[in-house]
Amino acid sequence: MTNTLHRFGDAESFRDDYVVFAIACRGKNDEGSVPKLRKFLELALKHKPVNLGDARHGGALRSSRNLNPLSHWNRDDKPDFQAVIDGLDTTTTAAAVFDNLEAAEALTRDVRDADLGLSVNISTSITGAEACCHAAGIPRHSAGYSLGFEGKTEHLPNSDVLKISTMCGHGMVSTSLAKKMIDWVKEGRRTPEQASAYLTRFCSCGVFNPARAERLLEEARGRSR
Amino acid sequence: MKINPDKCVACGNCTYVCPMGAIYIDPKIKRATIDRDECVECYACFNGMSQEHMNPTLVRGLRKVFSIMRLRFDPEPDVCPTAAFEPDELAWPRVVRRAFSDPRVPHESTGVEGRGTEEVKTNDISGRVKTGEVGFTIEFGRPGVGVWMREIQDMAWTLAKAGVAFEKRNPITSLMTDVNTGTLRTDILNEKVMSAILEIKVPVSRTEEIIRLVWDVEKRIDTVVALGVGTRCDEAGNETIVAPVLERLGYKLERAKTNVGLGRITNPSAQEAQMETVAR
Repeated sequence: MTNTLHRFGDAESFRDDYVVFAIACRGKNDEGSVPKLRKFLELALKHKPVNLGDARHGGALRSSRNLNPLSHWNRDDKPDFQAVIDGLDTTTTAAAVFDNLEAAEALTRDVRDADLGLSVNISTSITGAEACCHAAGIPRHSAGYSLGFEGKTEHLPNSDVLKISTMCGHGMVSTSLAKKMIDWVKEGRRTPEQASAYLTRFCSCGVFNPARAERLLEEARGRSR
Repeated sequence: MKINPDKCVACGNCTYVCPMGAIYIDPKIKRATIDRDECVECYACFNGMSQEHMNPTLVRGLRKVFSIMRLRFDPEPDVCPTAAFEPDELAWPRVVRRAFSDPRVPHESTGVEGRGTEEVKTNDISGRVKTGEVGFTIEFGRPGVGVWMREIQDMAWTLAKAGVAFEKRNPITSLMTDVNTGTLRTDILNEKVMSAILEIKVPVSRTEEIIRLVWDVEKRIDTVVALGVGTRCDEAGNETIVAPVLERLGYKLERAKTNVGLGRITNPSAQEAQMETVAR
């Protein structure tokens, strides 16, 4: 799945969006990969990610099966990174999301030194990924370019909505909810931080970037689209 | 997926969270209702929304009073207050919808996890896309539009006619009755999914030809397409062969997934196989 590749926006709009993920190759290095994937997440945690996730269990902010109605007045929007690390119990994709280049570069250096043997990928602007590789002194092995969206694009919503909703490549963050959150921020019914937390809970693999979502919601506040 | 009408209080939260817009409040029964034709069984409603377990009669009563007083009921937007969503037991071929739409479940229908394969994400180990080759991921329905299987078949037929081979371990390929023609099983053609990926690999020299074929089919199908192009970098980490072709075709390359090349074979059986290959 190309769930982090096709985020909408130009290279500049990814200045606070760096997804670094580790994955095992089936039949080649998947045996005994669980502790290595956990180690990857532990390394990522040192660099203050804005989200962590595993593709089987979800991200650092999740929905609840049994929410107390009183929590409406005191909702816990804090990500639980340790729960992601502790919950990783099977071979899957482990992802860390950062809002700054320096952290992504530092993690790239750390995973190089840790020599986990897993495939590590960076999903961001092309120049951002090149900078991470340069910082770690390793040449890029392969590149998967996103050519964007084409075909019947008249079915797509406006760019503010697309930038937010496409941060979940699996499509779990609906365009209607992204639009609703933009509207609620405009109306002053919720803060960008609160709106971003609602959206983040829908991402089932933890690659949604709540920091970028907050920025985009704030920028959309004053625009009429 | 179904919504229990005895529990639903028609708060409308779920109408926004459905990625396909398949949920609406039916004015006749005053309950949230799912358009089963449009629902792709992604479970975003069931898994994404938090659930409370409030008494439906109480909530309906309160909502009625608020409505009379012209007060707005303002629940958290990601909550189902009465846990009204109940997963269905899905049978073939409807189960295909969930397999391509709910990222949390492996492909029960195909035996392959995810909507595609590992493509270039593990290229440092698998060597799937070699120097001089280009791997295409042609993803339909993304973002947020969805796609009918019959539309994917249209693209598969066109690519097959051009003599392109489909990636074997891809969920769509495993649903083909004939991989040489790109024909899909007839019983799944009227199933709608969140998105699905056709994966192919061609020599770099065919890059433009493939993209032009994709453009032709895009005019005929009623959905969006997200194209991904994977390629190998040179020893210095540069990629100067495919990018210029894409830019000549009008693409502005903004984002990429970059495999940094840290993977290595560690499974004992795979290491033995590798050593045997080297010895030969």
